[in-house]
Amino acid sequence: MYYLWVFLIGGLVCMIGQILIIKTNITSARILVSFVLVGVFLEAIGVFDYISGFARAGINVPIVGFGASLAKGAIGAVKAKGLVGAFTGGLEATAGGIAAAVLFAFIFALIFKAKTKK
Amino acid sequence: MDAQKRNEAYNNYVKAKIPKTRPWPTLFYSFLVGGVICCLGQGINDLILLWFPTMAEQTAWGYTLIILIFLASFLTGIGVYDKIGKFAGGGSIVPITGFSNSITSPALEFEHEGIIYGLCVKMFTIAGPVIVSGVVASVIVGIIYLFI
Repeated sequence: MYYLWVFLIGGLVCMIGQILIIKTNITSARILVSFVLVGVFLEAIGVFDYISGFARAGINVPIVGFGASLAKGAIGAVKAKGLVGAFTGGLEATAGGIAAAVLFAFIFALIFKAKTKK
Repeated sequence: MDAQKRNEAYNNYVKAKIPKTRPWPTLFYSFLVGGVICCLGQGINDLILLWFPTMAEQTAWGYTLIILIFLASFLTGIGVYDKIGKFAGGGSIVPITGFSNSITSPALEFEHEGIIYGLCVKMFTIAGPVIVSGVVASVIVGIIYLFI
């Protein structure tokens, strides 16, 4: 039954993005940047884990979750290792996603040819 | 014509040229597609935990995101993701699949300018700002947590 929450929250987050696009004509890069910053902020004030508890993938799959795991990694590493953790923790927690995105982009860009825009 | 007047005239010109999209259908589709992508992620995550019950939840999420990124990258490569993006708008940009699409898409487009200066450089035109802002913010948060 929690799939309903996943669907509702996930859809809602994406719809907020679409509202921003319609209202302000901002580019997708700015959408992604602002949603990542929102994720970092939500994790920093501790709200993200609460939402994640019932929304699961609904909040983790949107890019907000990427920002949250950056912040979570930094916070966790600071507690474990001190100051150096603030620098290492964020990227460590998100390294899998970034590496996967870069690797697959590299491979598929070599395999496929760009479609000419009509 | 002074600069301000010229800018105003230009903005009006741009406004007249932007294709008019009706907002309500795109809102609905972005909700629908975004929700479906998130459910897909939840489904993958549940399947992983079903097949590997001993796996830590954090690790399972890592695999889930990597699979979603792979799917989006592949769909971008064969040209399907952009078609979804045309009617889904925010529904295809905001999920992590949109992040993957924003890396693969320019990589594909600029491959003809060479592997290094085309593919590798242009890959980060959208993802670069995302990673930079995220890393800067997370380091700041980490340092704040050092003191509280």
